[in-house]
Amino acid sequence: MNKTHDNRAWFFVLPVVALVAFNAIIPLMTVVNYSVQETFGDNVFFWAGVTWFEQILRSPRFHDALTRQLIFTFTILLIEVPLGVAIALTMPRKGPWVPVCLVLMALPLLIPWNVVGAMWNIFALPDIGLLGRSLNALGFDYNFTRQPGDAWFTLILMDVWHWTSLVVLLAYAGLVSIPDAYYQAAKIDGARPFAIFRYIQLPKMKRVLTIAVLLRFMDSFMIYTELSVLTGGGPGNATTLLSIDLVKIALGQFDLGPAAAMSLIYFLIILLLSWVFYTLMMRNEQQ
Amino acid sequence: MSLELRRVSLRAGAETHIHATDLVCEPGSFNILLGTTLAGKTTLMKLMAGLERPTSGEVWFSGRNVTGVSVRHRNVSMVYQQFINYPNMSVYDNIASPLRVARVAEDEIKRRVGTMAELLKLSPMLQRRPSELSGGQQQRTAMARALVKDADLVLLDEPLANLDFKLREELRDELPRLFSNRDCIVVYATTEPVEALLFGGQTACLFEGRVTQFGATGDIYRNPLDLTSAQVFSDPPINVAAVTKTGDRFRLAVGEDFAVPAAYTGLADGAYTIGVRPHHVAPAPQGDMAVAVDGEVLVTELSGSESIIHFVVQGQTWVSQSHGIHPFEVGTRQRLYADMAKAMVFDADGRRIVA
Repeated sequence: MNKTHDNRAWFFVLPVVALVAFNAIIPLMTVVNYSVQETFGDNVFFWAGVTWFEQILRSPRFHDALTRQLIFTFTILLIEVPLGVAIALTMPRKGPWVPVCLVLMALPLLIPWNVVGAMWNIFALPDIGLLGRSLNALGFDYNFTRQPGDAWFTLILMDVWHWTSLVVLLAYAGLVSIPDAYYQAAKIDGARPFAIFRYIQLPKMKRVLTIAVLLRFMDSFMIYTELSVLTGGGPGNATTLLSIDLVKIALGQFDLGPAAAMSLIYFLIILLLSWVFYTLMMRNEQQ
Repeated sequence: MSLELRRVSLRAGAETHIHATDLVCEPGSFNILLGTTLAGKTTLMKLMAGLERPTSGEVWFSGRNVTGVSVRHRNVSMVYQQFINYPNMSVYDNIASPLRVARVAEDEIKRRVGTMAELLKLSPMLQRRPSELSGGQQQRTAMARALVKDADLVLLDEPLANLDFKLREELRDELPRLFSNRDCIVVYATTEPVEALLFGGQTACLFEGRVTQFGATGDIYRNPLDLTSAQVFSDPPINVAAVTKTGDRFRLAVGEDFAVPAAYTGLADGAYTIGVRPHHVAPAPQGDMAVAVDGEVLVTELSGSESIIHFVVQGQTWVSQSHGIHPFEVGTRQRLYADMAKAMVFDADGRRIVA
């Protein structure tokens, strides 16, 4: 069959190209521009080559922040994904409780991120917060503003509270899309509940779970608002993850060159890890 | 080994899904549940399988009351309209799955899966996953899974409905062969009268949760006991018309009157309903009792050798199915002829009057 070539198609694509250019490519290029130059203000630039990249990649400060970031992200993934699937499995699939459960699950997602941070900050304060005070009353020496371990505990608890719902909702969407006939067929085969989970529910949820893992990975890797309100990266640098560190360099120290270089490295890490995740989880899906 | 439903019914709240049903399926029989969507075919199958517990009545299998026995403890298998297979298992593992649950030895599994794959032409694709197969192959896999465990009762719930025409015909031809030398009871649900006639066996006509007639398939087609069974078992739909008998004449409410066929002359005067199958209505008179019916053409479906003409007679749709091509123009008035010698006569309650 001969395809007719028609340049009209470009008119349909152009608006998208323009939009992406304005909100992604041009800002990104500005960052690229900063990352290879030195500036002392007044729009005066000196060529710096890859100096900033080398500086960032070699700095122990960056390594520490990256390590903390990876620990944080993998911890919350390991908690939120299984927990989310478990909650989704216990939710009713039909009946009057479905909307109630869905709304309850969606609630944490509807709260503005800085409010989440403020809520947990107050909730966890050892002197007046419900959580902090209760823990101390129970005999735990809990103070998230002074002890790094407590700060991590609070941070992870907050993220699990805030974001497990997303995994629940996605997993639930995958579950309800499984036709009843599958369960009946499994019942006729004599399959036990675990076999049903392993051979029907899990494979059928695979696609949505991939999306859930990717979303949680990217979001947790870029976590800033809740974290900056809760601990601000402290105590010391204990909870200084990449985004907090980046803001300190860019706005605190006004080192625009290194900050731009770090942004790009940060961006590339996310891109690379997302690709790895996606490839790993989808490797059996090719037809 | 026989399956018996004794006054089985199923209600949910105020709604009755299945009215009290008696049904006996003989050992080794091929039984067809024929009815439109929502007639209760699937529900009746679930009751047979033990996936649903009847509200009242009993299910007996091989002289044993199995009413409360869970499906796990009955030797039942089922094939669905959707192609149900375990998505991340190979075709081999899918077919083997019921045997693995039953803890059959691995070399015995291998032998039986091999035989089944041979029978259903799946041998070349045993290592593939269901998602890599065509719809027809997926359904063959599901069927192999249902057959491999030598179930006493095999339920097929419109297994061919989601296949395209060619594959459907192919599998439809193979089906009777698959069950020919097995002693299991097969129950096959379908919406298509043609399918029922092709398979033969016994047919139960289902209408709104009620079995209206059960018996040998050809027999039901030729001798429906009531109007509902005749309607369920007719595609295109049977033409139904009100008539009034006065003396030796039948008068169609839509016009013409004609001599009462000899067999019915003994009937009392009054109102009756007649049913004329579409292939007894044709553009040209056939038989010696052809009665003209005038109507406006609504749709003409022409196949290579056959015309199906839908036409409206005073607000009522009639269908004619005849050999040859009759390209009537839509909207024109045409005269068609019904062979009243072949008409079935029903009384006011819809019961067939057998001459």
